[in-house]
Amino acid sequence: MSGWSQHQGHAVALPIHNVDTDQLIPSRFMSTPRSEGYGRFLLHDLRRDAHGETHSDFPLNRHDHASILVAGRNFGGGSSREAAVYALVDAGIRAVFAPGFGDIFAGNAINNGLLPARISEEEMNLLFQGLADTALAAEVCLEKRHLQIGDQRIGFDLDPGWRTKLINGWDDIDLTLTYRTEIDRHSQVLKQRAPWIRPAQITKNS
Amino acid sequence: MTAPCTLLDRLWTAHEIVRREDGASLLWVDRHLVHEGSHHAFGKLASRGARVAEPDLTFAVVDHYAPTRGRDRIADPQIKYMVETLRKNAHRHGLRLFDLKDPGQGIVHVVGPEQGLTLPGLLINCGDSHTSTHGAFGALAFGIGATEVAHVLATQTIWQKKPAAMRIRIEGRLGPGVSAKDIALNWIARLGADGAQGHAIEYAGSAVRDLSMEGRMTLCNLSIEGGGRFGLIAPDETTYAYLRGRPYAPQGSVWEAALANWAKLITDGTATFDQDIHLNAREIAPTVTWGTSPEQAIPVTATIPDPNTLANGKAQGARDALDYMRLAAGRPIEGTPVDQVFIGSCTNGRIEDLRHAAAVLAGRKAKVSGLVSPGSALVKAQAEEEGLDRIFVDAGLDWADAGCSMCVGMNGDLVPPGKRCASSTNRNFRGRQGPGALTHLMSPAMVAAAAITGTITDVRPLLEGRAT
Repeated sequence: MSGWSQHQGHAVALPIHNVDTDQLIPSRFMSTPRSEGYGRFLLHDLRRDAHGETHSDFPLNRHDHASILVAGRNFGGGSSREAAVYALVDAGIRAVFAPGFGDIFAGNAINNGLLPARISEEEMNLLFQGLADTALAAEVCLEKRHLQIGDQRIGFDLDPGWRTKLINGWDDIDLTLTYRTEIDRHSQVLKQRAPWIRPAQITKNS
Repeated sequence: MTAPCTLLDRLWTAHEIVRREDGASLLWVDRHLVHEGSHHAFGKLASRGARVAEPDLTFAVVDHYAPTRGRDRIADPQIKYMVETLRKNAHRHGLRLFDLKDPGQGIVHVVGPEQGLTLPGLLINCGDSHTSTHGAFGALAFGIGATEVAHVLATQTIWQKKPAAMRIRIEGRLGPGVSAKDIALNWIARLGADGAQGHAIEYAGSAVRDLSMEGRMTLCNLSIEGGGRFGLIAPDETTYAYLRGRPYAPQGSVWEAALANWAKLITDGTATFDQDIHLNAREIAPTVTWGTSPEQAIPVTATIPDPNTLANGKAQGARDALDYMRLAAGRPIEGTPVDQVFIGSCTNGRIEDLRHAAAVLAGRKAKVSGLVSPGSALVKAQAEEEGLDRIFVDAGLDWADAGCSMCVGMNGDLVPPGKRCASSTNRNFRGRQGPGALTHLMSPAMVAAAAITGTITDVRPLLEGRAT
């Protein structure tokens, strides 16, 4: 995964609360290999009617070049499916601004280079009003933690560790393996001091 | 003197290998449960040429795509592919697989506890948000995404920032026909679907102590529907009685040593929480959802709220939900006709859930069609031994095999578009049970009541004079 610290694109408002991960990608698409791309599944059933025709007034249908989403509270709640993030990323979305994110979703986002930026409800409303039905040129700066749209600048909250990870594009497995000694020690101590922790049948057989 | 600790503090400290400067902890994972949906993670592992670090601590279960009927020959190529892929990955890495024909097969959050894989004091991960279920045993259990699943597979550890601590204390006795499901929908309606975001929830109080392990699992399972990634209940005699003799649980002297250790898994009396919520069990009525978020829940005796009276910018969401659900504000929720019912899922597919539903259905006929999918093959066998299957079948409901089934619809068990389902599951999200499906969440007993009358119905009068 490559890191990033600045992004220029277009922002669009998705003024809906509780956009859960079942909305972001309905479960029936989740057996698709990632190599085929998940972008076409993004918000599939909200963007289309029962016959597969797209709703022309849906924000992402009107502005399918948008790469920054401003959404309502509790974005990405529900299922842990990382496919919800794949759908966003593969559709070209780089950042989502909302008053709150599902905890699992936010972690998944960071692991895929997608910024889950927390803003206040007031700022959300301000952005909804400013963007309305349009897509406006916008810039996200991770270093300074702000979103710039025209002359409007809005700060956002992001865990400092997550910010560093996004900027560097780090892979956790590589990082973790640098703690190999500590992990092995922990595992050995557990085996000696807390034998009940290992599954009984496994202990018996090994 | 050491500072007072919460159960969360104790579990966290016991698993922390290192803590980074930014506050993230590297935690040891005692059990890792994988399912068909873990294919992305196994793919990531393969692309690194890595092996599963601790195959003895990793268990695979077929559940999300498990057919509930006609298991011998899976017709749908996608479902077949998903099951086959898990088999291949389990075989390649030497993992114990609970396959479709295994007598221990079932939904991962039912299988873990009933096999004794879930124990107090453990850290348990699974690529599924309802992993919070296992916290009912005093385990630190939380759902993770595919990248994290790959990380656990490769290292048996996970990076995590310690969540804030919330306690939900429920005192008093639940009324007849009221269950853990109603407690959960009650607090979620009060705090919101994001009310516990960033928090681990410890459930406490006499009403929680009085719950069976099945009820405690239901309560912890639904933590995520209120935004909490972790649910926790301190272990006690109820916990130990449930676990004693389970296949993977410790035995003999090791069991005794475990008990001594588990007794320490408590929250100190003087420990404080970032949020402390109190509920009175007596005030909780059978509860149902009317909208498309679990927070949109009301007592079955209430009327559907008027969006114009809702604060916090919830009005538009309520209007959209009513529109989708084809319901009118101001009308009683009771009496709303349903087209079908579903009993099952990791939330309410355990033996006690089936007993509760059967107690309502015994000697009665369902007015609508319905599916009962037990949470595991063991639950199924137990229910058949008790004759519960006959009660369901005699009432006119389908009795099927175990899996996630109609809770998520991946195996083809779907609610058709525009059809209304009374469901014992966990999510009433738009399209969760199938595109255009209209879901009302409620307890298994309430689903049984809806089956009998063909409408959303208060179960309590139907229980009068019956042993429950």
